[in-house]
Amino acid sequence: MKKFNIKFYQHRKIFFCISLGLFVIGLLCNLIFGVELDIDFRGGALVQYSYTGEVDQETVDQAVEDAIGRAVTVTITDAIGGTDSAEKSLTISLSGSEGISLDEQKAIASKLGEAYPDSTFEIMQSTSVPPTMGAKFFAKCLVAVALAAILLVIYVALRFRKIGGMSAGVMAVIALVHDVMMVYFTFVVFGFPIDDNFIAVVLTILGYSLNDTIVIYDRVRENRRILGPKVSYEELMDTSINQTLTRSINTSVCTFLAVAVVFIVGSVYGLSSVTTFALPMMIGIVTGCYSSVCLAGPLYVMWQNHKKKKKEAA
Amino acid sequence: MKRVPKAVFFIVAFLILLLTYASIFGAYGQNGDNKITYIKGAGDIRWGIDIRGGVEATFVPADGIDATDEQLSSVEETIKLRLLSNNITDYELYTDTANDRIIIRFPWKNDESSFDPETAIEELSATAELTFRKGMEAESQEMGSNGELIYKTPTGETKENIILNGSDVDKAEAAAYTDQQTGALKYVVNLELTPTGAEKFAEATAEMVGETISVWMDDVMISAPTVNQEIPDGKCEIEGNFTAATATELANKINAGALPFTLKTDSFGTISPTLGESSLNAMTLAGIIAFILVALFMLVMFRLPGFVAVIALAGQVALSLAAVSGFFPAFPSFTMTLPGIAGIILSIGMGVDANIITATRIKEELWLGKTLDGAIEKGNESSFWAIFDGNITVIIVAVILMAVFGPSNILSMIFGASTTGSIYSFGYTLLIGVIGNFVMGVTATRLMTKSLSRFKVLRNKWLFGGARG
Repeated sequence: MKKFNIKFYQHRKIFFCISLGLFVIGLLCNLIFGVELDIDFRGGALVQYSYTGEVDQETVDQAVEDAIGRAVTVTITDAIGGTDSAEKSLTISLSGSEGISLDEQKAIASKLGEAYPDSTFEIMQSTSVPPTMGAKFFAKCLVAVALAAILLVIYVALRFRKIGGMSAGVMAVIALVHDVMMVYFTFVVFGFPIDDNFIAVVLTILGYSLNDTIVIYDRVRENRRILGPKVSYEELMDTSINQTLTRSINTSVCTFLAVAVVFIVGSVYGLSSVTTFALPMMIGIVTGCYSSVCLAGPLYVMWQNHKKKKKEAA
Repeated sequence: MKRVPKAVFFIVAFLILLLTYASIFGAYGQNGDNKITYIKGAGDIRWGIDIRGGVEATFVPADGIDATDEQLSSVEETIKLRLLSNNITDYELYTDTANDRIIIRFPWKNDESSFDPETAIEELSATAELTFRKGMEAESQEMGSNGELIYKTPTGETKENIILNGSDVDKAEAAAYTDQQTGALKYVVNLELTPTGAEKFAEATAEMVGETISVWMDDVMISAPTVNQEIPDGKCEIEGNFTAATATELANKINAGALPFTLKTDSFGTISPTLGESSLNAMTLAGIIAFILVALFMLVMFRLPGFVAVIALAGQVALSLAAVSGFFPAFPSFTMTLPGIAGIILSIGMGVDANIITATRIKEELWLGKTLDGAIEKGNESSFWAIFDGNITVIIVAVILMAVFGPSNILSMIFGASTTGSIYSFGYTLLIGVIGNFVMGVTATRLMTKSLSRFKVLRNKWLFGGARG
């Protein structure tokens, strides 16, 4: 059976540099491209119609602005995959964070009908969220993530108290923050708006990454029992990571495959709600595995060594 | 080592396959023209509006009026009545009293090509038109979902003679008193009219003793009491075969006609059924391909334990489907949204992981030179706590999601009832999936592996990941 013997602790600086580098790139992208909050969070409106016949951008822009007297962005797409009946669609997004009223939406439909009497416009989807409701929802999501993080640290601290539960918990959470940032940067780099998909991905990756970390800590807990208290933290951690590495890789490959299938099928069908979920998920699975193996372990050793030194000095 | 009989594998595998079959295809019978559902299958899953298309809207009182809880329940009654008269029986309606909001979701059926969501939402939120009319002549009668008769559209004398309308009503409330003669508890609706209303009503009731006055909400008759005597002071009782619930319902409906505010549509969303359908097809296809890939991966990497894992995974999928389709009478059917499907996929990922951890551990022990039985025993034992801790943390996340984003939740005091049920359904399917993982990925897998290891043909270390030989 193949055995790994990688010196994770010794090479920790390489890993820290990789993460820092990615972090800097992500931050730069964030500064340059900015990030867009979805209308679920900031409020706003979006209406999508399918249509028959030919339309041109300028007339549509004009018709919509006439109808509601607000600045709009109209995107016209010729093919939306999978459904034959609705091959052409136009998406109207309203600038600003105000929602759209039913009367306004009806006015748009009638103006479009006037501008193109030969075409039929059928509503495919529409969303309108007032800004106060969006802000509330966003706040709620943040509270949910914070609550989950606190409970997870407490759980890890309790379950792993034999190997310094608090430090294990804190390091696990640092790895989690790392993964959340990476997922966030994925949204930034690909220009996905931050929406409830983001919350779903973040929470899932939290669960996955923590699971990876826990499997390693579990091995540390076991090896401490087997190898006794004399073995250094460095050796203990490296042995445990290498022993669990086959499992970490297998599981990540397997889940990555499954999510990749979802992503591919989603793109074939042109479902943006599915792809904006699956792609960050794929990145999250990779960074989740990476952070547990390459960051949480070595960081935990550094903390323990630091504690030991302090004790010896005293 | 506790010995697991050979037969156990076949029993467990058979039960899992039976469950899988039943949860996908269900069990139905035929009774004349009626289809009877014995067991609900995947086809009975109630899909959320993001999948099959539909309408979602939030209504609030216009002009920032602070509505009382009673007023909101009146509005709720009105909306329910209108949904019913539009033949929409499959809907979700939440009243959020903390934020004065009413949230409605209903599907948009595929055959309704001419469906106009904007008009539908407007109709639902329009101010209720309450009228008291002479007689009870109606154009049509329909059978409601509970077998009661619904009278629609006033005609003739009833159409011509409007005695009172909503603005004449001050308030209505349900009351109960003990009948002097029989001693039974009787429920009535107490009606109080405004001074002008009282005047009109006194005039009308003076002429109409012994006749019927019907009460209409929009186009639907909600009550048809008979006038027992003249009512001079605008205070009267409507008697009938009421229960506490029906009396309250009628009072709410009458109050809705007398609401001092109109409803504003605060947010709304629509998804057409074609768009929804293609996402459902995509997710089903993705699910099947992903399952096949995972199964192949497990077989190639772990051989016999991989084979066992595939059976257990099928069982886990079946449990998840069963939990949302209403397969178990104890769990009501659950509205399944796209994030809900994501929750199932993720819990299956956790299930795969549990199997990988155990199989890897067994393989490790074999390479350390343990006997087959020893390796299985040790592998099962030492992998358990890693799986346990990992799954419990996911349960923590799932429970938090359900608690925070549920219809009524721990943060209701701050944020009010939830509008986004989609994250809640993610939490629900994740939770069910992880519990299923303990049943299938841990218990069933172990029973099957141990039982298979008793067969002489299969007692080959290679099959469990060991060296060939």
